[in-house]
Amino acid sequence: MKQYPYTDKKDTRSGFGAGMTELGRTNPDVVTLCADLVGSLKIDTFIQENPERFFQCGISEANMIGVSAGLAITGKIPFATTFANFGSSRVFDQIRQAVAYSNKNVKIAVSHAGLTLGEDGATHQVLEDLAMMKALPNMTVINPCDYNQTKAATIASANLEGPVYLRFGRPVIPVFIPEDMPFEIGKAIILNEGTDVSIFATGHLVWEALQACQLLEDEGISAEIINIHTIKPLDTEAILASVKKTGCCVSAEEHQINGGLGESIAHTLVTNYLAPQEFVGVKDTFGESGTPDELMEKYGLKAGSIVEAAKKAIARKSK
Amino acid sequence: MNLQDIASQVRRDIVRMVHGVKSGHPGGSLGCTDLLVSLYFKHMELKTDDQGQVVFDMEGNNEDVFFLSNGHISPVLYSVLAHRGYFPVPELATFRKLDSRLQGHPATAEHLPGIRIASGSLGQGLSVAIGVALGKKLKGDSHLVYVLMGDGEQQEGQIWEAATFAPHHKVDNLIAFIDFNGQQIDGPTDKVMNNRDLGVKYEAFGWEVLHMDGNDYTSLDTVLTQAKGLAGQGKPIVIITKTEMGQGVDFMMHTHKWHGTAPNDEQLAKALAQLPETLGDY
Ligand SMILES: Cc1ncc(C[n+]2csc(CCOP(=O)(O)OP(=O)(O)O)c2C)c(N)n1
Repeated sequence: MKQYPYTDKKDTRSGFGAGMTELGRTNPDVVTLCADLVGSLKIDTFIQENPERFFQCGISEANMIGVSAGLAITGKIPFATTFANFGSSRVFDQIRQAVAYSNKNVKIAVSHAGLTLGEDGATHQVLEDLAMMKALPNMTVINPCDYNQTKAATIASANLEGPVYLRFGRPVIPVFIPEDMPFEIGKAIILNEGTDVSIFATGHLVWEALQACQLLEDEGISAEIINIHTIKPLDTEAILASVKKTGCCVSAEEHQINGGLGESIAHTLVTNYLAPQEFVGVKDTFGESGTPDELMEKYGLKAGSIVEAAKKAIARKSK
Repeated sequence: MNLQDIASQVRRDIVRMVHGVKSGHPGGSLGCTDLLVSLYFKHMELKTDDQGQVVFDMEGNNEDVFFLSNGHISPVLYSVLAHRGYFPVPELATFRKLDSRLQGHPATAEHLPGIRIASGSLGQGLSVAIGVALGKKLKGDSHLVYVLMGDGEQQEGQIWEAATFAPHHKVDNLIAFIDFNGQQIDGPTDKVMNNRDLGVKYEAFGWEVLHMDGNDYTSLDTVLTQAKGLAGQGKPIVIITKTEMGQGVDFMMHTHKWHGTAPNDEQLAKALAQLPETLGDY
């Protein structure tokens, strides 16, 4: 398989922070808002360099979304930042009316998505945000997989006209996406070509999928690894092309199986090309406190679970 | 034409629009008619072309902008926008009908000139107006942002998030109105959920608080002029605007019953008999 050597480990939120620093220097229309989580969002440098373009909102997420919509009306490109739970489920109606329905150029950029925020537990571990956000017309939903991709996605979000939900996380993970790899919103990335099974992964599960790829190869199974960083609009062309070649697939995400990436892929397959699909994700349950690694293991999000799912999908292929 | 005459036509439009589709919100619309007419026909600085025709652009640069947070009183906004020249008056006949730009609650999806954000889910407009006011400041545009909210709407938590934010960030190019008609859907506001003294509350939050009779043109003129004079002095401004729900149609006044009820044919005739046609019905 294609190798993705890495020398560094970083959190995806730092990739966001780096993207914001660059945007602060290159795009005078970009403004940032935060609801009392500046340190967590890694936007200190943006704020230091552009104090007049930062608005501290306090712990008032609903107001932050509305203020962002207003700033967007005037032609600014606001990034509204907080934890994923408080930037989605807490403010769904505000996003729905003032951002999505009104089609405002607001970027909702959220960290600490999913189980891997760890010890804070289920109150903070939103696993339903992709479902909510992909259900909204006009909304683009992006879930990048490492530091470099998050930085690229941040810059690409600013250049896209329209609402964006950009989701990233807290744990420190390998930086394996080459810095110069092109990033295009809505365009899946084939990380490894294979013939027996397609593995569509997003966010932190992409690294796990690459580990699974190696484990499968050791057993003589050729897996195609596709990084779906954009949940919506979904790159259905890439998905169908891959499944037509391999005949089955696995979806892998740090999200509820209900309403996540896997469901979007299933919809694509059911309406275009029937093929077995297995789902790696959280199975209709809330999370709990623990280290990111322990939680990934317990809730079946590690490479081993992807390997099992891949074998199951392959076994279900009609002979 | 004087403002009272324009208002009479707007009130005719309101009852006719709501009657035409047997739905919509006449009570608050009638109560806020004089305020919106005063703003759009006298007090707001609006962008116009050489012929004096209003020109709409989404960003609203270098002009005053208005937001309706209590979106259910869309009939009054639509009528005022149409008569001010933002879109053809006959289009009022499409209110709430399929394929219309005049949605039940204001929306941007159909690109109706004059509307910059959707409203209808209450409690959001103050935040949006603050964002626009901040945007104007960033761009060095000294024009004002106006926003109207309901008094029942003050029960929404987001309003108080916004009310905390605006003084903190010295958003002093913002004039907010509270339609203080004392009514909401389930009855008088004091009974449904007592807001207590809104003036005292806003003052405690750091706002400049003014009071106005929203159905009296002398009061409207005096207080709006005073409010504009207070802009730019470090504080956001709120005007508690006393109105009478249903103002101008006697049987719709002094009750919350006409918050969201359409008149039947007979009631329409009775209402129109009290409202002289001044600019011509659509
Ligand atoms: C978030 C939300 N909750 C409930 C409603 C339903 N609703 C529409 S108007 C209204 C009453 C509003 O009262 P007020 O702000 O006093 O307006 P008025 O009745 O005076 O026009 C309610 C509860 C809504 N539109 N939005």
